[in-house]
Amino acid sequence: MFKITKKQKLGPEMVLMEINAPQVTKHVQPGQFIILRVNEKGERIPLTVADFDSEKRRVTIVFQKVGKTTYLLGSIPEGGSILDVTGPLGTPSEISKFGTVVCVGGGVGVAPIYPIVKKLKSEGNEVISIIGYRSKNYVFWEEKIKNVSDKLLIATNDGTYGEKGFVTDILIKLLESNIKIDRVITIGPAIMMKAVSDITKLKKIKTIASLNALMVCGMGMCGTCRLTIGGETKLSCSDGPEFDAHLVDFNELMERLNVYKEEEKYAFEKWKTEAKI
Amino acid sequence: MSIIKEQIPMKEQLPQERKKNFYEVPLGYTKEEAILEATRCLQCPTHPCIDGCPVHIDIPGFIKAIKEDNLSLSIEIMHDTNLLPAITGRVCPQEEQCQVVCVMGKVGDPVAIGKLERYIADWELENRSRGNINIPKKKESKNKKIAIVGSGPAGLTCAVNLIKMGYEVTIFEGFHELGGVLTYGIPEFRLPKKIVKEEIEFLNKLGVKFNLDFPIGRSETISDLFKDGYSAVFIGTGAGAPQFMHIPGENLGGIYSANEYLTRVNLMKAYKFPDYDTPIKVGKRVAVIGGGNVAMDSARTALRLGAEHVFLIYRRSRTEMPAREEEIIHAEEEGIEFMLLTNPIRYIGNENGLVKQVECIKMKLGEEDASGRRRPIPIESSEFLIDIKQAIVAIGTTPNPIISKTTQDLKTGRHGEILVNENGQTSVKGAFAGGDIVTGAATVITAMGAGGLAASSINRYLSGELK
Repeated sequence: MFKITKKQKLGPEMVLMEINAPQVTKHVQPGQFIILRVNEKGERIPLTVADFDSEKRRVTIVFQKVGKTTYLLGSIPEGGSILDVTGPLGTPSEISKFGTVVCVGGGVGVAPIYPIVKKLKSEGNEVISIIGYRSKNYVFWEEKIKNVSDKLLIATNDGTYGEKGFVTDILIKLLESNIKIDRVITIGPAIMMKAVSDITKLKKIKTIASLNALMVCGMGMCGTCRLTIGGETKLSCSDGPEFDAHLVDFNELMERLNVYKEEEKYAFEKWKTEAKI
Repeated sequence: MSIIKEQIPMKEQLPQERKKNFYEVPLGYTKEEAILEATRCLQCPTHPCIDGCPVHIDIPGFIKAIKEDNLSLSIEIMHDTNLLPAITGRVCPQEEQCQVVCVMGKVGDPVAIGKLERYIADWELENRSRGNINIPKKKESKNKKIAIVGSGPAGLTCAVNLIKMGYEVTIFEGFHELGGVLTYGIPEFRLPKKIVKEEIEFLNKLGVKFNLDFPIGRSETISDLFKDGYSAVFIGTGAGAPQFMHIPGENLGGIYSANEYLTRVNLMKAYKFPDYDTPIKVGKRVAVIGGGNVAMDSARTALRLGAEHVFLIYRRSRTEMPAREEEIIHAEEEGIEFMLLTNPIRYIGNENGLVKQVECIKMKLGEEDASGRRRPIPIESSEFLIDIKQAIVAIGTTPNPIISKTTQDLKTGRHGEILVNENGQTSVKGAFAGGDIVTGAATVITAMGAGGLAASSINRYLSGELK
């Protein structure tokens, strides 16, 4: 059992949890993820690490409540426990001194981009962070990201905070300003990462995307998370989760994310009826 | 006394019944049936069966004790060399190991060694459930810690042998449950999970410690284990990564590797969705690609999940199928539709990215290849389409790369398998390996044999006999 040492509401349906997980924190690095299972009947879900404290042996995750499993997870109070937490899984982010790096995070993806921004900065990079949310009440970790970035740009879809529009609108403007950008790193919904990738491909800027494929094992043995990268089949869990965005077949990723849409909806509706939510 | 030439058959669930449930297919011997079968053993002095067994069980010995109805002696003899007989009695390919060389086979059927092994093991489990546990004696504590990486058949065997020798043994498992392939891979109807759990509980009673949710190579590395005070490490992580055919459309929704399909069903209990949260696609028409035991397991699982037609697509003929004869017969009896000398060439999806058809080509057999089997050759213009809702690719696995990627100086072969010498020693001092991670996908008993060998090598290494 893994104790939830801190729980915080970050926005509508958006939850932060800090979990005591000593076997994760010994080697965890930015870009890696954990897999957790809420209870005996639970599914294994991957969540990218949003922060960690190796001394206190705690990892932080941020998730959005969208279906049965994330609602169940969100229903566990601070001080409560999660049945299984395993990790750190996946290949860590490749981080060195690249020069100027733009980090683009969208929605819940803002959380896992934080440790990457932080490490990029500590390696001496000039880091420009672009973060985007649906609306003002969804904004979280603005200060936290700002503190480790050289520049922070923020967008909301409805214009209630920061610039009106998408992170890609800001990215396009930034690229038009003709500053030299050495690398772009993006985490967020697949459709957003695809849009970022399409823009940077034209400018030939190396771009890394952290893919959110469906997973079961997380250790390279089942192939649930397989994707086509540059024409080859790769496993998101062990070869990734970060890949060269320009080689990713995002349409396939989005189709594969939707494979269990009906089943997920059915399970969620059934649970809501039974739990009277 | 006249010799009974035929094996005493073991009662089985009828095909029409069993294909709708996940309960075990063979039902076990009664006492009378077991004694009768045991009398068929000639107790021949040459006992070729012992040499045929990868762990050298004293087969005539345990069978003689069954004949004399001395079951506690029988299980004691069994436990000398094999501490997991309820598992091996069910999944070992006895027909090509101990039974193929049985002298009785020359005049009739060989003795049903596997069925007798299961009988005695099940008797002991019954007994244990009544609280009568016969814990084998351990030698004096050696005050040395050994780490076992992976809790499949190789790791479990290595662990049990070492703890009996007096070592402190800790098993590290990446998943949330123990057992490796015995838990995630082999279906309930062939190996009930209750049995795996009881055998593991037995190890627990012996004092083996378990660390779950602990993937070595990620949570800690092999060198961390040595730093943590482990004197030796055994790597038994299995042949983890699924192989695909790399044909168009293979990443469409509804196409599974056998590992994914079986893990969802066996480990995650997707057959109980939505009571359990892990979903699985249930299609009326399912294609399974491959001809091994895993393909048979996948096909028969699909049937139990509610498929009306399960097509087993295999590129060679029935003779070349690597699956156990018993499994092939079980699959045939249950109505699996074999499409032999057939190979998929591409999958076609619908507008939602879900598979709707597989295109296949007919094959013929050519010359023998390196494996000694006749090579399948496509027949020109013989392509045809099959409507399917699901496909399960069961064409083998390759060794899981996580440990080798994260362990400096660990030598691996062409396919990523860990290289070991005749004692199971790897290129890293104090690190041993065995099972599928070394051999590529093989059988449970071969892995157990390798785990046993590594245990005695570790003992020799730690007593200074082996450098």
